[in-house]
Amino acid sequence: MSNLTATMTETVTTDRSVSLKTQLHRAERMKKLKYGALIVPLALFLLFTFVWPIAALLKRSIDNPEIVTAFPATSALLHSWDGRSLPDNAVFAAFAEEAGKIKGTPVFASAAKRLNMELPGFRSLMMKTARAMPPEAGQSAREALIAADQRWGDIATWQYLGRNASPTTARYLLASVDRKYDDAGHIVKVDDDEAIYVDVLKRTFGMSAVVTICCLLLGFPLAYMMAMQPPRIANVLMIFVLLPFWTSVLVRVAAWLVLLQSEGLVNQALRAFGLIEKPLQLVFNSTGVYVAMVHILLPFMILPLYSVMKGISPAYVRAAVSLGCPPFKSFWKVYFPQAVPGVGAGCLLVFIICMGYYITPALLGSPKEQMVSYFVAFYTNQTINWGMAAALSAILFAATLLLYMVYSRLVGQQDAVKAR
Amino acid sequence: MIAAYASPLERVWYYAFRIICGLVLVFLMLPILVIAPLSFNADSFLLYPMSGFSLQWYEEFFTSPAWRQAFMNSCIVSPFATLLAMALGTPAAVGLTRIDFPGKAVLTSILISPMVVPVVIVGVATYLVFAPAGLSGSYIGLILVHAALGVPFVVTTVSATLQGFDFNLVRAAASLGANPLTAFFKVTLPLVAPGVISGGLFAFGTSFDEVVVTLFLAGPEQSTLPRQMFAGIRENISPTIAAVATILTVMSTLMLITLEWLRRRSERTRGQGR
Amino acid sequence: MNRSPSNTRPIAIALAAMSLLAGTAHADVTVISFGGTNQKAQAKAFYEPYAKATGSKVIPGEYNGEQAKIKAMVEAKNVTWDVVEVESPELARGCEEGLYEKIDYSKIGPKADFVPAAVTECGIGIFVWSTILAYNSDALKTAPTSWADFWDLKKFPGKRGMRKGAKFTLEFALIADGVKPDEVYKVLGTKAGTERAFKKLDHIKSSIQWWEAGAQPPQLLAAGDVVMTSAYNGRIATAQKEGKTNLKIVWTNNIYDFDLWGIPVGTPKKDEAYKFIAFASKPENQAVFAGEIPYGPTNLKGTALVDKAIVPELPTAPQNMKGAFASDTQFWVEHGEDLEQRFNAWAAK
Repeated sequence: MSNLTATMTETVTTDRSVSLKTQLHRAERMKKLKYGALIVPLALFLLFTFVWPIAALLKRSIDNPEIVTAFPATSALLHSWDGRSLPDNAVFAAFAEEAGKIKGTPVFASAAKRLNMELPGFRSLMMKTARAMPPEAGQSAREALIAADQRWGDIATWQYLGRNASPTTARYLLASVDRKYDDAGHIVKVDDDEAIYVDVLKRTFGMSAVVTICCLLLGFPLAYMMAMQPPRIANVLMIFVLLPFWTSVLVRVAAWLVLLQSEGLVNQALRAFGLIEKPLQLVFNSTGVYVAMVHILLPFMILPLYSVMKGISPAYVRAAVSLGCPPFKSFWKVYFPQAVPGVGAGCLLVFIICMGYYITPALLGSPKEQMVSYFVAFYTNQTINWGMAAALSAILFAATLLLYMVYSRLVGQQDAVKAR
Repeated sequence: MIAAYASPLERVWYYAFRIICGLVLVFLMLPILVIAPLSFNADSFLLYPMSGFSLQWYEEFFTSPAWRQAFMNSCIVSPFATLLAMALGTPAAVGLTRIDFPGKAVLTSILISPMVVPVVIVGVATYLVFAPAGLSGSYIGLILVHAALGVPFVVTTVSATLQGFDFNLVRAAASLGANPLTAFFKVTLPLVAPGVISGGLFAFGTSFDEVVVTLFLAGPEQSTLPRQMFAGIRENISPTIAAVATILTVMSTLMLITLEWLRRRSERTRGQGR
Repeated sequence: MNRSPSNTRPIAIALAAMSLLAGTAHADVTVISFGGTNQKAQAKAFYEPYAKATGSKVIPGEYNGEQAKIKAMVEAKNVTWDVVEVESPELARGCEEGLYEKIDYSKIGPKADFVPAAVTECGIGIFVWSTILAYNSDALKTAPTSWADFWDLKKFPGKRGMRKGAKFTLEFALIADGVKPDEVYKVLGTKAGTERAFKKLDHIKSSIQWWEAGAQPPQLLAAGDVVMTSAYNGRIATAQKEGKTNLKIVWTNNIYDFDLWGIPVGTPKKDEAYKFIAFASKPENQAVFAGEIPYGPTNLKGTALVDKAIVPELPTAPQNMKGAFASDTQFWVEHGEDLEQRFNAWAAK
């Protein structure tokens, strides 16, 4: 009997504990669903306005739809062509028929434009050819094409078509690191006078590094001093940092133009002091860009530095000094290591923002100061080569993402340190 | 501050350090101080010395149709973008602070990424996707992207405010019969309001100063103030630019003061909570 | 506390206001042109009289000739630009690619009324403009007279302005290098010719201040940033009219071209677009335009109406046409993208 009761009680308790557990589980799940639902609208919104467009842009860097769309049958046939001798009559016939069918349409024009990108002059070749298509009665497609233009008798002409007869291509990505396919299909460096993007990438990194270092050199002393002041004074000084931070970037660019132009205040002042006779060129060159970029990004350095430095107790340095360590050495050995997380965060933040800059170099620089962003805009607007714009974006995006990951690691660790 | 026993070198360094800091502060403030007076210049050059006092450039700003329309557009786009960013960002921040789930770190990074991704990429990407959808050259498209750019600021500031928020208050409200929505509006929102508003101000500032995405997405009818300034700086710099700059600076000063006030208020309320 | 419902009211009102702002009045026509003084002159000669004559407004917009927006709009079938001022090669290219409507001349006027070259498949010429050499007579002791002088850094020290692009830069380089105007495009079409042009540009590269918008050259000259520059003749002329009489034009070997009106494919306001173009192509309106900014009318009857005092300033004046050459549209359609890309690479180094 007692045995039975015991068993029963046991069962009941287990039952109850199970149900409690499930209840708790269910409650947890409800909570998760409820709060999860709060995140969903934003996630969907960003998916639509941000993630999807960027994914679509990155995909464009390998898209190659023009030839396949305009000449589907020819493309299919060219896939099985070995590329060593002229393609057979079926390819000629398919091409002649398709060219005749779509001539004068936008699809044809964009295919011609795409091929012109591979070889200047291809556009007029296509236009000229299309006018002679379809072949007259009794004329074979091969004869008709070669009669329209001799170049259809060259293997090279067909190779350009064949190489672009697939819906994806690596050419844009290759071009954005100054590489291309040669006639044999190998990846080679582009001619020296056309090679530019490796330099532009180096320049983007180089300029960002210079701006970051300048910001650190200017920002560190100020942040240090602010951290040393009592809150009342520090808050006033903070306004000097925040006001420019909140002022429109364009306002600041305009202001630097006023200051730096050849009849501007800086040149006037230098002349008044007799330091120069002719005005210096301070704008539309690297000086102008660096000055304005450092000015715009300096607050991004000062703010993280200050927030870390405020948490460092001055007692450590005082202790080191009182123990006989010289002030500079104690600053370097005791204070600076504690400020390193702020230095890291500030530098990475400035570097990341700097890499994507477009407006300031565009308005204050010469072509020699333009960074990757400028070329993205150039290809988007000027030559409507969206594949190239996408490829350069992809590289810039990858670099940014990488640095951002380092940054969030660093800041995350810093938070962890704080929590301890 | 300087110790009586400091060596001469330390004394020199002490003053040199002060001077360096002073110069950095001058560097920070100089452009803003320089451009404002020129907006009152009597002649049409952005040059010192000024030839006289005049309000003509402000008159030009308020009467020229292009500038007026640009100002109006900014006043349409930025508030809507801000409201949207606040409406979407605030609940998301609440959700993110309350629950844990696998992939949360990734999701958070994605929600914050509009702050990091170079704007040129955002501009080109949204332009190429929005144009086929008929959203380029429209207010809606511009508002949506500006809101996306402002969202990270709302999410981060609201999350930061929620760090000091006692969620037992919500539980208390629930136990007293409030449904979650009521609890949110009556309890959570008033307490995190300073965070929401300062996040909103950051979002507003971002949108109000945004030019790259606008360059790509906006048609002539949606040209905003920064877009108009961009064209002005590139094509003909007149003191009107200085007038606009001054107006914008006054606006940002007001915003800065509001933010500072909010920060103090939030510190005070949190202090009382403890 | 029923604060939340009342909170929605301002939003609703604002939304209503926005929808009002979003939709423009029915017959208004959006006209996009190159900005600055050109646009101001168009406003005076075309937009304002058009509004007065028809009662419907012109919404002006400006751009720098980039065709990307038009392509995106046409592909999206969401065209908000009704009439666009386009340079010849861009129009020809856009015409092939189906971006611009084929012009129905019965809606504008007899083709015979216009300069033959201004009548094209997808657009009708608005005016003839030319790219000339301009200099600041205060900054230079002797006046330059040719593009060779432009390249002479010893005789004419100082910075030079040039349009940031291959078009009108490579041509002048070849002219300065001794190529005859009528052979420029033949030479430039060869690989050796392109090399030659870039090599010539290398000589003065460090002294070049690049400009993008047509409004910049007169400013650069007036501010003393450059001593001479390539420029659009009309911009210099208007600056002279505004009192900057120290800016001078050298017409030797200028390049002239047309700007044309194009209608993007798929605009819902095609009829209004035609109405506007027809109005702007009337001789009396073109004459007013030429009076505002000295670009030559394309309407043959318009030339006769232009103020006699302005005629010598027009690119079409006989003494200005001497040694001048036309920009080769077909050449730039063919080589434009390639050369612009190459130029960009060269300039950025």
